[in-house]
Amino acid sequence: MSKEENTNKPIAHELAKKQREISVAEFFEKNRHLLGFDNKRKALLTTVKEAVDNALDACEEAKVFPEINVQIIDMSTKPEIKKEIDEGQTTLVTEEVKKETIIAKQDRFRIIVEDNGPGIVKKQIPNIFARLLYGSKFHTMKQSRGQQGIGISAAALYGQLTTGKPVKIISKISPKHSAHYYELIIDTGKNEPKIVKEKEMDWNKDHGTKVEIDLEGTYQAGGQSVDRFLKQTAIANPHATIIYTTPEAKQIIFPRAVEEMPKEPKEIKPHPYGVELGRLIKMLHSTKARSVHGFLMSDFSRVGSGTAHEICKNASILPDTKPQQVTREMAEKLEQGIKKTKIMNPPTDCISPIGAEALEKGLKKEIKAEFYAAITRPPAVYRGNPFIIEAGVAYGGEQELEGQIKLLRYANRVPLLYQQGACAVTKSVVNTNWRSYGLSQSRSALPVGPCTIVLHIASVWVPFTSESKEAIAHYPEIIKEIKLALQDCGRKLASYVKKKRRIVAEGKKRDYIETYIPHVADALKQLLKLKEVDEEKIKKLLKELLEKQRGKLDQIKVDASDFDESLALEGGDEDGSKE
Amino acid sequence: MAAKSRKDVIPLIKDIASGIYNRILKKKSPELESPLRSLNNVKYDQKDGYFELLGKKKVRALTAASVKTFAQTLRMMSLSKDLVEKDDIASKREAYYISKNWAEARFKEQPESDTVMDDIEAMLMVNREQLGFIPEEKGGEIAGKLIVIDRDPDTGKELKIDCTKFGSGAYSIPISVEHLKFETNAKFILAIETAGMFQRLVKHNYWKKANCILVSMGGVPTRACRRFIRRLSESKKLPVYVFTDGDPYGFANIYRTLKVGSGNAAHINEFFCVPNAQFIGITPQDIIEYKLPSHPLKDVDIKRLKDALKNDPFIKHHREWQKALKQMAQMKVRAEQQALAKWGLNYVIEKYLPQKLKDPKKWLP
Repeated sequence: MSKEENTNKPIAHELAKKQREISVAEFFEKNRHLLGFDNKRKALLTTVKEAVDNALDACEEAKVFPEINVQIIDMSTKPEIKKEIDEGQTTLVTEEVKKETIIAKQDRFRIIVEDNGPGIVKKQIPNIFARLLYGSKFHTMKQSRGQQGIGISAAALYGQLTTGKPVKIISKISPKHSAHYYELIIDTGKNEPKIVKEKEMDWNKDHGTKVEIDLEGTYQAGGQSVDRFLKQTAIANPHATIIYTTPEAKQIIFPRAVEEMPKEPKEIKPHPYGVELGRLIKMLHSTKARSVHGFLMSDFSRVGSGTAHEICKNASILPDTKPQQVTREMAEKLEQGIKKTKIMNPPTDCISPIGAEALEKGLKKEIKAEFYAAITRPPAVYRGNPFIIEAGVAYGGEQELEGQIKLLRYANRVPLLYQQGACAVTKSVVNTNWRSYGLSQSRSALPVGPCTIVLHIASVWVPFTSESKEAIAHYPEIIKEIKLALQDCGRKLASYVKKKRRIVAEGKKRDYIETYIPHVADALKQLLKLKEVDEEKIKKLLKELLEKQRGKLDQIKVDASDFDESLALEGGDEDGSKE
Repeated sequence: MAAKSRKDVIPLIKDIASGIYNRILKKKSPELESPLRSLNNVKYDQKDGYFELLGKKKVRALTAASVKTFAQTLRMMSLSKDLVEKDDIASKREAYYISKNWAEARFKEQPESDTVMDDIEAMLMVNREQLGFIPEEKGGEIAGKLIVIDRDPDTGKELKIDCTKFGSGAYSIPISVEHLKFETNAKFILAIETAGMFQRLVKHNYWKKANCILVSMGGVPTRACRRFIRRLSESKKLPVYVFTDGDPYGFANIYRTLKVGSGNAAHINEFFCVPNAQFIGITPQDIIEYKLPSHPLKDVDIKRLKDALKNDPFIKHHREWQKALKQMAQMKVRAEQQALAKWGLNYVIEKYLPQKLKDPKKWLP
């Protein structure tokens, strides 16, 4: 060792002082855009979305019809008070107000989401709301809205970062228990909840959860707004009642339209085709099975004894090898073996679609159209993950004649409002030939016409293009199913549009002919010196003749009996959401 | 037809109206039938001498395509009945303007109302004057050795009009000619297509030289003009010679309509034709023999020529005409009457007409 080396410690030691674990919370603090908090407007929407998703999931798990109350309160300092503060004239302001608003605040909102779900046990409340990546859904193969256990805690963290205020929760699990009240903040260094305040209290509700987050955001109606999100949620979740109070204190009710709860999705084990190497190794290490053969049978779906043997044979691995002794190389062989083996598709009862009938009802109650159709495709599989595609159309009525159709995308009943252009659904709609279904369409564009198209993908694992869950990835199997669903709806639409055109043309002809009946009657009256009564008789007889001759005119049913204008204020006048 | 008085039209109109009314009362779909007025619904029989209607009909009923015309036809019949009952008349244009009171049933353009009027004529087999409608067009002009006996409209006294005494002007054929009588010692009638040629012949008193009556048709002869020539030639046993431009229009439209009538007014051809008319020029052969300056046939001429050869029952009946038209089709040229002026302004009087009139072999039937 040289002298120099002695005096100067290796630089790595210096660097090591700075190297430490990065908590997810810290990571999020710097990368909030990854989770949908890119800007103030989107942050407001994402927070509502995460809270509503959780509320719906919770209610469905408890098998209660969701009744969700969403409230957005504008907390910004009133302009007139702001002016007084800015000019130092605070005399008109009461002491109380002054304390709260001595610094004028802008773009402040309080979001309150309350549900009638099963509630959360006291012990879990801090973790669920103030710890990132904590949840029940990530580890199960089961269709749900949330997937990663990051949403609501991220929203709470965002609120904390922008306003410094804690997230407030009230939850009650049964009428016999009292409600728990928490104020929590997240220790971003440790990704751990810190309890600011906790108490038991009375809450005028049998069970449920209420979450309150203060945050910096902006509210704007139209396009990708909270209003739009809730309306679209109402379409895909006709079993839920949502009561929404806007920042302008306007109340909108999206009422329940079906009397059946969605079928409860079953939890399934992963299918071998859908498991990648890393996950396989992890599963091998944590399994309770004592042999690879047993592991394959117990930890995967659709693998019986025979299939397990075949996989082992194809992988050149002894079936009774202990799972814990499987090396990385062997695991790779096992993966190859799985690919070589023909395995039955995964069971599909784990998916709960909206159902064609319910989807149609959802459309009917929220969109004033004249024709509705919806279909549910049979289940299909991508990379070992079962999925179901559903599509619906609402045509005509009070929808805009000119301009592109409105495309509503859903994944596991959650509306997707951003990144329409990057989504497999959009691609499939654009690539479908709508001209043969009665809509106009220019090349590589969405079709044009008074029409709303709904597309829903339900799956235990929806493949999104990014963590913020905004666009569906382009798997060929998924695109194929989407197209088939769209074509099916398209055919139904086409037969209606054609029938309507025919009836309109026939109606016009008939009106035209009827215009001349009085002239015929009047001329005959003059020619034959008839009386008024005879003239009226001629008119009557000619109208009857016309009816007999041309057959009864089919009445076009305006199929919107379920639509209630007063219940769906955010009606058909919105523009299509564009990126 | 000439015998029918105007009042006779009223029962005809009423018959049709009550037929429709009764059908309606029996809950049957009402219909109006009228003969199809076109060349493909006529036949030509040389013995009869004019185009006669075949059986093709067109039907107006309560369909989108024909209900408007159906209503308009009834309204027009009602207007006609009014006119006849009040002993009034309306010009074709006036009838068109009256229709402007009929709201949706009004006519947009006069050709529409003219068509409906012609349909009613054909349906009732009467002349439009009997229906109370009169045309605006002039009937044609007369100069030469003829005295027309008309009546004073106020006193009803006879009026004798001497057609030699119009100087450089001429006598106008009235719209209605049934009441006219004639006195003449002329040898023939010469019907001329253009007013220009008529003026030249009048100017030089050709009628005096040739002892004839000159008629200016001014294009396709009006019904009054045809009826005038027919009555004059029939009552005074005068031959009729026709002198037109040497082109398909002169042959197949002007001459043929004068001689045998038209497809469009086939229902009245019997009275509005001049079967003894003869065509003296200008024939395609004349263009060659008189070395006349010519113009190339226009597309419309060629179309008309081919159409006449293919569809005109009169042309199809006469081989001479087919030969002449085919000759013109080959020559691909036409010549006007006034082209004769190439040989001097009075060549037509001094040479052409005398030569042609002398030589019936060079006429066309």
